Amino acid sequence: MSRHTLSVLVEDKPGVLTRVSGLFARRAFNINSLAVGPTEVPGTSRITVVVEAEGDLIEQVTKQLNKLINVIKIVELTSDASVQRDHILVKVRADAATRLQVTQAADLFRASVVDVSTDSLVIEATGHPEKITALLSVLEPFGIREIVQSGTLAVGRGPRSMSDRALRSA
Amino acid sequence: MSKGSPISPTLLAAKSAKNAEKSERAVAAADEAVSLSPVLGPNNVVPPTEMTGSQSLVRSLEELGVKDVFGLPGGAILPTYDPLMASSLNHILVRHEQGAGHAAQGYAMVTGEVGVCIATSGPGATNLVTAIMDAHMDSVPMVAITGQVSSAVIGSDAFQEADIVGITLPITKHSFLVTNADDIPRVMAEAFHLASTGRPGPVLVDVAKDAQVSKTLFSWPPRIDIPGYRPVLRGHSKQLREAAKLISAAKKPVFYVGGGVVKAHACEELKELAELSGAPVVTTLMAKGAFPDSHPQHVGMPGMHGNVSAVTALQQSDLLITLGARFDDRVTGVLSSFAPHAKVIHADIDPAEISKNRVADVPIVGSVKEIIPELTEVLAAQFEATGKPDLGAWWAFLGNLRDTYPLGWTEPEDGLIAPQRVIKRIGELTGPEGIYVAGVGQHQMWAAQFVKYERPHAWLNSGGAGTMGYSVPAAMGAKVGNPDRVVWAIDGDGCFQMTNQELATCALNNIPIKVAIINNSSLGMVRQWQTLFYEGRYSNTDLNTGHDTVRIPDFVKLADAYGCAALRCEREEDIDATIQKALEINDRPVVIDFVVSPNSMVWPMVPAGVSNDQIQVARNMTPEWEEED
Repeated sequence: MSRHTLSVLVEDKPGVLTRVSGLFARRAFNINSLAVGPTEVPGTSRITVVVEAEGDLIEQVTKQLNKLINVIKIVELTSDASVQRDHILVKVRADAATRLQVTQAADLFRASVVDVSTDSLVIEATGHPEKITALLSVLEPFGIREIVQSGTLAVGRGPRSMSDRALRSA
Repeated sequence: MSKGSPISPTLLAAKSAKNAEKSERAVAAADEAVSLSPVLGPNNVVPPTEMTGSQSLVRSLEELGVKDVFGLPGGAILPTYDPLMASSLNHILVRHEQGAGHAAQGYAMVTGEVGVCIATSGPGATNLVTAIMDAHMDSVPMVAITGQVSSAVIGSDAFQEADIVGITLPITKHSFLVTNADDIPRVMAEAFHLASTGRPGPVLVDVAKDAQVSKTLFSWPPRIDIPGYRPVLRGHSKQLREAAKLISAAKKPVFYVGGGVVKAHACEELKELAELSGAPVVTTLMAKGAFPDSHPQHVGMPGMHGNVSAVTALQQSDLLITLGARFDDRVTGVLSSFAPHAKVIHADIDPAEISKNRVADVPIVGSVKEIIPELTEVLAAQFEATGKPDLGAWWAFLGNLRDTYPLGWTEPEDGLIAPQRVIKRIGELTGPEGIYVAGVGQHQMWAAQFVKYERPHAWLNSGGAGTMGYSVPAAMGAKVGNPDRVVWAIDGDGCFQMTNQELATCALNNIPIKVAIINNSSLGMVRQWQTLFYEGRYSNTDLNTGHDTVRIPDFVKLADAYGCAALRCEREEDIDATIQKALEINDRPVVIDFVVSPNSMVWPMVPAGVSNDQIQVARNMTPEWEEED
């Protein structure tokens, strides 16, 4: 099993996310993470989906996704030819005694503190999924109260845009 | 109602070429524009006209060239049924929405046009689900129109509300929820375009009641805008040359022909290619008639109940030339042992089918309508260059199998009629110009085996879905689509009881189908499995409709009550006369209760879970392969 990151350009129509996620469920493909939002082209959204799949299966996933009428284009983004980022908000136990240690740990990861209370901090971090995992393992001993994490976002390196060719000929 | 003047295709082409001047593919674009507008129908120009959403819906159907629709009204679709009354559309009122769905399928299968069914919201819509799923599995072009509760109350569990778009997501090619009347013409045109092009399939259009009632401006043709949908039609020329090379080098090639060839209307083209190559042809359950059964190169139907010659041809082949087929499990048996020595050429319009089950050595994405003639051309050139391969040894082997293991049956020991004989005689007395529509089970397999199919669109069945109850309503749809042909519903006593209420629809609307109930008084195929794999423990398969039973229901009385001619045949010597009599009655539907033996079984058979090499010609009898080699 290996990890694959797919960028799926879709028409921004009602139910499109259900169509995409439903397809994964019924074809028994596992989704690791999913992120969706608007793009630079009005009327289109981009779904970044990370899947664990055997080599042959990823081709089948892509073909099945392509069959969805609202799907305009799919590219697989490999880790060396793309920038991949996760976004996380984590609420850590931190009182007067430990607060400094926690903020220093956050600094090491270039994470920022976005909320403070008497016995907790909320830390925001962005980075490659491995960096996020490392941050969490450092914060773990202080006591993690809550984690909320985005799906992986990914964009190809270099000047080309995914929507270039897909939409010009439409 | 003014229809306006149609747009000339040449004008369209000129216009589009002008616009596309900058495009690198200007010439190709012009070619496409000549061949088809994405909007079905004559493309009449209708200037903006004020009307209601439901009038717009009905008018859209008319402009799309629809003639017949099947449906049943209810609250949420009521507004649309009003303009339907004054419309040119022939609406056939069914007795159950599932019947409307299967009728639309049958209509589409014989005409090649999009079948249309209409239902109301909630239970009306969910009653269509089986037929939609059936159409999805067998790639039948169909548009299902359902009423939906008003958009203001969608999501509030309103009366007769069901999220039918959600329910049918996995079983439609695409679906639309319309809440704005202005969208109706475009959505209808897109729905028909999607249903009928590429790999055909069912499209659902769910229309909220307020969208039906509100005022809108209707104009035609609408602009279709589906940026994510561009089916590839032409095969890649490099792949075609690769395929030709493989064919010219193969010693044991087989054409593995599926339903896609029928859907693409590519049967003439197939015949040319097959005859050029000289290779044997197998036609799957969905492709019966794609290649004439009587043709010397036809070696039968592959699969679980296929001919020994066809199953073995695939198993022993060194090259499968797969055209519009999908390596379904009923064809392959245990996949890992299927055709172990064969290279695979796989041509299909759906890229997702290629290498889904069996890896293709030469994948060709495109319509077989385009691919087959091009392949013929390339192959002819290849043969000229490298010579035509000698398939003599291959044919000697297959010919021997075909002669040694022809299809047949053993006479039942209980003295009742052999069901196979009934079906064979129906085929012989009606001939290849008839249309045969089966239900699902033993009678379906026998109808595939013992009726001889010489032309496409003559054999309809529920292949992928295996829907009991398909036969009567699908036959009804087929008869509406082809009123001049004799249409037989070859049905089982179990299947028939699932949808027989459509006999009322047939009787009242002058749709004189002929129904042959192959009445073995049981759920025959399940019973066969119980005989073979469950030590004859007949759990819940006895239906009590046959010989020496209480006969509930009595099919003759039932058919009579529905206004049909009702016949019963219990003796072998009466078979021909009964069929003849049925063929002579054309002013109303005919139902024949053929009382047959419950002990007849479908052979050959590849038991589930074993290799196709284990095919049995009769119980526990596997052909001796060594002899042939």
